[in-house]
Amino acid sequence: MTAETAVKAPRPHRAGRARKPLLYAVASLGLLVMAAPFLWMALSAFKTRKDLTASPPVWIPSHWTLDNFTALLDQLDMPRYFLNSLIVAVLVTVSNLVFCSMLGYALAKLDFTGRSKVFGLVLAALMVPGNLMILPLYVLMNGMGLIDSYAGLVLPFAAGAFGVFLMRQFMLQVPDELLEAARLDGAGEWYIFWRIVMPLVKPALATLTIFTFLGSWNNFIWPLIATNDPDKYTLPVALATFANDPNRTVAGGNGMLMAGSLLVVLPVLFVFAVLQRHFTQGVATAGLK
Amino acid sequence: MSLTTGPAAPHAAVDKSPGPGHTPAPRGRRSLSRHNLTGWLFSTPFLVLFGLFMLFPIVATLLMSFTDFGARHVTRPLDAEFVGLDNYTRLFQDDTFLKALFNTAYFVVVGVPATIVLGLLAAILLNNGIDRARTFFRIGFYAPVVTTIVAVAIVWRFVLDPSDGLVASLATELGVNAPDFLGSETWAMPSLIAMAVWRNLGTVMVLCIAGLQAIPTEVREAARLDGAGAWQELRRVTVPLLRPTLLYATVITSIGYLNVFEEPFVMTQGGPSDSTLTVSLDMYREGFNFFHMGYASAMAYVLFVVIMGITLLQLRLLKDNTR
Repeated sequence: MTAETAVKAPRPHRAGRARKPLLYAVASLGLLVMAAPFLWMALSAFKTRKDLTASPPVWIPSHWTLDNFTALLDQLDMPRYFLNSLIVAVLVTVSNLVFCSMLGYALAKLDFTGRSKVFGLVLAALMVPGNLMILPLYVLMNGMGLIDSYAGLVLPFAAGAFGVFLMRQFMLQVPDELLEAARLDGAGEWYIFWRIVMPLVKPALATLTIFTFLGSWNNFIWPLIATNDPDKYTLPVALATFANDPNRTVAGGNGMLMAGSLLVVLPVLFVFAVLQRHFTQGVATAGLK
Repeated sequence: MSLTTGPAAPHAAVDKSPGPGHTPAPRGRRSLSRHNLTGWLFSTPFLVLFGLFMLFPIVATLLMSFTDFGARHVTRPLDAEFVGLDNYTRLFQDDTFLKALFNTAYFVVVGVPATIVLGLLAAILLNNGIDRARTFFRIGFYAPVVTTIVAVAIVWRFVLDPSDGLVASLATELGVNAPDFLGSETWAMPSLIAMAVWRNLGTVMVLCIAGLQAIPTEVREAARLDGAGAWQELRRVTVPLLRPTLLYATVITSIGYLNVFEEPFVMTQGGPSDSTLTVSLDMYREGFNFFHMGYASAMAYVLFVVIMGITLLQLRLLKDNTR
């Protein structure tokens, strides 16, 4: 059952009629707590230096200003970091879509010797924490001359176990009769995969796209290690470096940090609000299958 | 074309068996060899990337943890010298590491139950408690999960600021003196945990909503007809039926919290006086600030073993309970 169907289904409540307003009050209060940091960030980004340091703090800027944004763009090459994050996220996403789907298809639909061992490997990989790999990965990338390169940022994430697992689960549901029929008609295995199976698992591809793209966009520790040259910083690395820079002028810097955080978070929140159904389905699917 | 050809039937029988770890039923030799080459061709790109950037580093970390791998070995890895278990014995005499281990345990022991309980309550509230604007509420509760943690941590740094932060000023309004959250050894860790709970309860909520919707309405109805109150329904019906979901949520939340890095890195840099230094942050420092990479590798493996142990324990519980 999806989230959508349940939203509309009326449920009988015998005991709780009188409690309804109370429950709504609790839910609204919870929502307010969840949203408060975002509201604070968004409003602070437009505050003047005076409003930023006011005590007690003011929620609504007494004077709206874009100074924080202009100062930020002046001091930090935000378009560059934005582009870096975008390039890395797109490359990571595309390669995951292709490679994870290929293995997912093999695991779901092709019976080959060693299949269960490969699947076991994928499941085991799901449990390995990413931080276990970064030390030798740094040495390896350094040896390959890939520090401060897009390849160095992309390759470690080019094919993830989660994607394989997700794609396999969805491809299991594609009827074998369809594939057999295509095979009898003389279709090659690549044609079947690319032209028949892939279009049928579009919802899964959408889910994988969202998760991989956001995972890459929000990733921090590896880009932090794999870049020294500010020209190759991704957005989070640039933002964290700026936030921890002792030379940043404190009050003006706070407004700039809120502006920067807003610029990083806003696209993500927007994409999420538009595609939220895929998110919740993805989480639920990965969790329950 | 016929959709009901003979050879398709065994495929269907094998492939529809769900769940991890199933072994395919024995198949005819002919069809095995028919797909052998294709199967491996489709697997190769993933396996190459996986081998190079995951399998190799996992093994290399283990090997490095038995060496004196330092800055000069980054360009000449093979010159590193074997030191046996030295790194590991040193770790358990290293007060900083022990503190990091304690801090990480603190984060998990307080953070995981808080995240699970609040996530579950949010799920029940938004699934059974209210009917209108559910999607709107869910988006609000889940939004922190998808946002960039570095940006969010920066925002929280200001929300918790003692002089002009949001929480401190709310406290002042209420006539309470708020502590300097991130500057206090007592309060820094709880502050980071609060932020982590705020950020992650949405994941638990979504998992629990999916779980709740799988519970037949009749079960709840029956409980209510038998006179169960809200608390009894929660304890005797909802929680037991959601057990697999809750355990899965516990596993993934625990793994996440055991690896916690960004929050202390951005908000406190491990301070004050290492009170928010986590194992991952300590490993990062030893490895990439001081280039004690052999030592840091040993740290990574200790953390890995802890994570593995906890995960396997929880998965075992999960298995026992779904039977």
